[in-house]
Amino acid sequence: MAVKVSMTVNGKSVSHEVEERTLLVSYIRETLRMTGTHVGCDTAQCGACTIHMNGRAVKSCNILAMQAEGASITTIEGVANADGTLHPMQAAFKEHHGLQCGFCTPGMVMSAIDLVKNFPDTTEQQIREQLDGNLCRCTGYHNIVKAIKAAAADPASAKAGV
Amino acid sequence: MNDNADPISFTTNHTTSVVGTPLRHDSAHLHVSGRAIYADDMRLPAGSLHAALGMSTIAHGRIKSMDLSAVRAAPGVVCVITAVDIPGHNSYGPILDDDPIFPEALVQFAGQPIFAVAATSTEAARRAARLARVEYEALPAILDIREALAQQSFVIPTQTLCRGDPRAALQGAAHRLQGSLTIGGQDHFYLEGQIAIAIPQEDGAMLVHSSTQHPTEVQHKVGEALGRHVHDVVVQCRRMGGGFGGKESQPALFACVAAILAAKTGHTVKLRTDRDADMIMTGKRHDFVSDYEVGFDERGRITALCVMLASRCGYSADLSGPVNDRTMFHVDNAYYLEHVEIVSHRCKTHTVSNTAFRGFGGPQGMMVIENIMDDIARTLGVDPLDVRKANYYGTSDRNVTPYLQPVEDNILDDITDQLERTSDYRARRSSIAAFNAASPIVKRGLALTPVKFGISFNATLYNQAGALVHIYTDGSVLVNHGGTEMGQGLFTKVAQVVAEELGLPLQRVRVSATDTSKVPNTSATAASSGSDLNGKAAQAAAITLRDRLVAFACAQYKLSATQVRFAADRVLLGEETRDFTQLVREAYAARISLSAAGYYRTPKIHYDRVSLTGRPFFYFSYGVAAAEVAVDTLTGETRLLRVDILHDVGTSLNPVLDIGQIEGGFLQGMGWLTSEELWWNPRGELKTHAPSTYKIPTARDWPAIANVHLVEGMPNREDTIYRSKAVGEPPLMLGISVFQAIRDAVASCGAGPLPSLPPLPAPATPEAVLLTLNRLAAGRAALVEVAS
Repeated sequence: MAVKVSMTVNGKSVSHEVEERTLLVSYIRETLRMTGTHVGCDTAQCGACTIHMNGRAVKSCNILAMQAEGASITTIEGVANADGTLHPMQAAFKEHHGLQCGFCTPGMVMSAIDLVKNFPDTTEQQIREQLDGNLCRCTGYHNIVKAIKAAAADPASAKAGV
Repeated sequence: MNDNADPISFTTNHTTSVVGTPLRHDSAHLHVSGRAIYADDMRLPAGSLHAALGMSTIAHGRIKSMDLSAVRAAPGVVCVITAVDIPGHNSYGPILDDDPIFPEALVQFAGQPIFAVAATSTEAARRAARLARVEYEALPAILDIREALAQQSFVIPTQTLCRGDPRAALQGAAHRLQGSLTIGGQDHFYLEGQIAIAIPQEDGAMLVHSSTQHPTEVQHKVGEALGRHVHDVVVQCRRMGGGFGGKESQPALFACVAAILAAKTGHTVKLRTDRDADMIMTGKRHDFVSDYEVGFDERGRITALCVMLASRCGYSADLSGPVNDRTMFHVDNAYYLEHVEIVSHRCKTHTVSNTAFRGFGGPQGMMVIENIMDDIARTLGVDPLDVRKANYYGTSDRNVTPYLQPVEDNILDDITDQLERTSDYRARRSSIAAFNAASPIVKRGLALTPVKFGISFNATLYNQAGALVHIYTDGSVLVNHGGTEMGQGLFTKVAQVVAEELGLPLQRVRVSATDTSKVPNTSATAASSGSDLNGKAAQAAAITLRDRLVAFACAQYKLSATQVRFAADRVLLGEETRDFTQLVREAYAARISLSAAGYYRTPKIHYDRVSLTGRPFFYFSYGVAAAEVAVDTLTGETRLLRVDILHDVGTSLNPVLDIGQIEGGFLQGMGWLTSEELWWNPRGELKTHAPSTYKIPTARDWPAIANVHLVEGMPNREDTIYRSKAVGEPPLMLGISVFQAIRDAVASCGAGPLPSLPPLPAPATPEAVLLTLNRLAAGRAALVEVAS
């Protein structure tokens, strides 16, 4: 049965009829055509589909679109500034080569932004623990952790918010 | 493009301006902003269909009846196909024809695709696929290697490589040991699962977007499956979300199914597997068992070795022939084996057909010899590193491999001495012994292990590549080559080479998606050969274009060739300079061709498949790693505390990309040998088919102390692209140091300074470690010292 869902995605109000069982990630990728949010494991374990819902990092493959009714959603496409300049976390992943195939990267960036928001004075140990729900098969994580540490230390991060 | 070189500082010795600099990945800005396009992100034409595969539910048997009426009647279903619907050849096997797209009657593993559904949505297709009613006549299934050996069940014949007289040398050895080792397999766990999109074109042609390391093979297999010529099929791939060997032969299955459905319906068809189906129906790293007997002298130097290797190939040959050949060719690893016999059985089991995985059989061969080194050391009561060093290949003598290729580029002594110093190996060995003496529960272990890995495809014919370079009249350059991008940074490296040759900044050069209609007859991006082959091919094309521009300038401005130079986006013409673009426009106006194909074939290599001898490898890549672990002897849990790595990439094309490959490869190798366990139930069903049960390393597994460095000042002695070396596979085998360090920690629980220990199976999961500790406590060391 189709239901109407309405939410704010990257600052824009959206509203569509979807089937009740539609996953939030399917709504984002297929209905809204925003494909930066990836599906890696289909079962909320790899973290490639991580987005922000009402300011918290969540795995969008494990949430129905209906459950996001009225929510404020931010995806990887909504993280950079309107003029295209990268968020400090995005810039840090790029500069520190915290990526290879790139498939996990959007989810990593979304988790990392939430991590630094919650723990502005984060440590390497804490980053490693907090990243447990985001899998990367290419990098060995070393440069990802370096990128997050650098972004946390960047004064621009506090201003960037998200 | 971006060319920022900071904030990470990497030191390299280079006189080039673009090659050798730590440029970031060419897609980095797209990856961090979610704008990189993978196959699943492509916009599909209206009316596109989505496919799903129906799978066998038994490991071995004949299909008595297959009732698909409920599948056909399910909501949204448009088309259902089985073996009889394949218009052409029913095979996607890369070497032999023993991999049917769909079996006609005989199913040979639980999870084997037996039919496919195309429907209006992915969900509709997947739901419908579950409605099949299939009756089987079950047949006995062989599910493990020892059982296959007992029944002499092989996919291809056993191979034997023998040098000297190992049996006689064993008889005369001062010491002899027998042992066994089991080595687990590994799922690739690329984050992007298998996917293909087939788009029908006019006049029977088919365009396929495939996440593949081998577009040419996909092109051929799709052509054969459709009953068309190869020129009717175009395969494109801009990038994969990881490959690791799992997208070498496997993607052809998914592409063939999508193409058959597309041809039948006239609609675009996308086939994306979910994670569980992907893990159940695609091949993995081969698991092995090995039995060995080794003879050695008082210093631990091997005087004779007889090794039996047996691998689980699964139900078909796939790439198991060359994979197991490479295992045989890496049993020596860094060590001279004067009298040696290597017997390699390629076992047929009723499980998924195992395939390429980073290292391609080499890692398993190395695991065997590294265990033997450790066994010898513990028998003699000497440091394992000293046994390893005593067995290293020489530089002028003791330098011929069992397959008769001389090792001409040996840097093992240098890099081992360097790492032994910088990792403080000897002092830490003493402090670990003291720690263990005072710590009853947590034990530490340390191991320093080498890697010597042969670079080139074993099959000589694959060592060739092509590239196509265009210069447009605005001075921008487009490169296409036969290699594929899976995150390793190949496109960045090839762009660097072309920019260097034309004296351009990197921003001028764009690399387009791999496309079988641009560069034909390509080899897989595999065997670590991507930049070696495609870098050279692109360089050849760039040099052809540069030479044409030089010839034009000489004629136009009455100069000699030495007076024309390309650098910093400009061209030096005698006393004057011009913009590159300006010269290009002048050349175009004078009707000079600004497009060139480049071609490369690796020199010097040859290999006799019958005698298993020759020079299969152009050169060797080297590396050393020292790992320190802690083991909780109550739970069997292990933790990597520190790793020191020194790895050889010759003169690096791009140090930031190379270090990334080394770190990622090391952790992937460690995952293979510690946490990643594949488990089949007695019915032959894989039960570890999702990250809930199959554990790849997480961020927490990287050690608190990691010192990762490139070997400096040792260019490749062979004429490779800018004297660099391949980097894709070799670092994976640095992970063996972690396994050997766990053995070291476990051994410290036994009696004596360096007691022998029962075999520790790989992966060294907590269960495996506990089992070994229990056996050690019970005094059942499985190493048998043979009375001489």
